[in-house]
Order: sequence, then structure tokens, then C-alpha cells
Amino acid sequence: MAKVTFKTDLCKGCGLCVEACPKHILAIAKDKINKKGYSPAEMTDQSQCIGCAFCATMCPDCIITVEK
Amino acid sequence: MAIVFEKPKALTDAVLHYCPGCPHGIIHRLVAEAIDELGIEGKTIGVAPVGCAVMAYDYFTCDMIEAAHGRAPATATGIKRCRPDNIVFTYQGDGDLASIGMAETVHAAARNENITIIFVNNAIYGMTGGQMAPTSLPGQVTQTSPYGRDVKLCGWPIKVCELLATQDGPEYIARVAVNNVKNVKAAGKAIKKAFQNQIEGKGFSLVEVVSACPTNWGMTPQQALNWVESDMLPYYPLGVYKDRSAGKEAETK
Repeated sequence: MAKVTFKTDLCKGCGLCVEACPKHILAIAKDKINKKGYSPAEMTDQSQCIGCAFCATMCPDCIITVEK
Repeated sequence: MAIVFEKPKALTDAVLHYCPGCPHGIIHRLVAEAIDELGIEGKTIGVAPVGCAVMAYDYFTCDMIEAAHGRAPATATGIKRCRPDNIVFTYQGDGDLASIGMAETVHAAARNENITIIFVNNAIYGMTGGQMAPTSLPGQVTQTSPYGRDVKLCGWPIKVCELLATQDGPEYIARVAVNNVKNVKAAGKAIKKAFQNQIEGKGFSLVEVVSACPTNWGMTPQQALNWVESDMLPYYPLGVYKDRSAGKEAETK
């Protein structure tokens, strides 16, 4: 199983990872606010992750680490 | 579990000051990945431009220097000629490279200086608030062209790759984009090749990266990347415009 971790406090909530995910399991957490004042991206269903790293490839702030 | 993807070592831990969704971050990472993969961090010197990427010196772990507006290729020329064993790259935007720095760019290419240029084209002046750039598309609305760019009044956009590829000097001229995963991976390969060319002493290598500016285009980050695909790429076609070692010379269209 693959694992995706976010440095949530550095996320700017741009949503490019959400759009890039082929499994549609990432989302912007509208009910949370991080230290920078943005609603960050989060994983909704870790078990479905295939570890393709598309999210990390499109992340402009390099806050995503992918393990497989 | 093995790590599939993590932040490259050539990027510092500094928080990027760019707007949410700005592809500058992606392009910074591609440059850092190329530096990591080639193992040249210790001997690389980067030249930061004036523009949104003006603080790029905070983000790369290699040595960096700040050039006057548009003069990065001239600064890089000086560094490379004094320290030929170092790897020298410039990171410039369209207002920097294609407007005030056009003379330096064209002459560095004509001299086939052994440097690498990463040229970020987002068709607008980002840092100063969204004015029309030399690369703004015909009809594009900006702060200084509120009715759309009128080519009769303001002239036509400058296609830097096509322009430089007509010269005999440069070694490698390519245009890539960062609007989707496939293009980002292709952009990474082109940037790595541009550094590899310099290591092998082949000469002037310029990679134009078609980028986006969600803030000044007035779009969400994803809308901006879609606009790159639908409007910018038809005007700025991707591809290798010149690769002398591979026998590819300028094509006239």
C-alpha cells in the first residue's frame, strides 16, 4: 500500500494535487485552516492510493512525500 | 516502504513566497532535481532574475547571485568565463529575459556561451501586478491592455525559442510546459539535458517553460493550467527547436 504525507502547514490550498489525482481521493479540507490561513489538501482514503506521485509532481510547494 | 517522491536536496526548507498554485514552485523543483541527479550541487552557481523569482536565491542550496534586471545572461557569462569548472544557470521570467534583457539573451546565444538558461514564460508581468509582457497573447487582457492586446498598437508577441533557434550559435533550444503531469516530466528531462550539455561543454542551452500566473490572469490555479493548454500552447508550440549535437537545426515555418 502506498502512503502520501502532507506538510499541512505549508499547503496553500491551490488544489492542483486534487485535480491531478487519478483516483480522486484527495480533497481540500474546507473545515480546517492551517498556520498560513489556507484550507489545506488532505487524503480522504489512504487505502485507495496507488503511489503514482502525480499529486507530488504537480505540487508547487513540494510539501508531499510519497512512499510505496 | 521506499520513498517514491520527496523534496529534492537542492531545495532549501524556506517557504516559497509564490502565490497559491504558482508553477514557479514546480519549475524550481525540476531545476533542483536536475542538480541532484547530476550531482553538481557543490559546484553550481545560479543567477536569479528580477521578477517574481527574484528571491530564488533563498530557495536553492547552491551558490546564487542576483543580477540586474535582464542582465542575468551577461552576469552568467562573466561567472562562467572566470570559473569555467563551475556550472552556471540563470532562471528568468519573460519580462526579464524577453523584454529588458533581450539584447543580453540574443548575444549570449550568438556567442554560444556555455551556460544554461531556464526561461519561464507566463505571458504577463507577475511581480509588478499583471502588466502586458512581450509574450502576452494577442487579445490577452492585462492591467495595461484592458481591452485585450491590440497587435496594431503593441506589436506581436515575441517567440523566444523560434527567434534564438534561427541563430548559428546556440546548442540547445527547447520549449516545454508544466500544465499537466506528462508535460512536467518532459520539462524535467529537458532541463536536465540543458545542464548535461553544459557539463559536456556543448554550449548555450535554453529551456523555455510555458507557465501560468493564476493571480494576474484572474483564474483559479487549475483554470490557469487549462488556459495554458487551450490558449498558450497553440501559440507557443512545444518541442525541441534546436539540438545541434543531435543534428537538429532550425526549422523555418
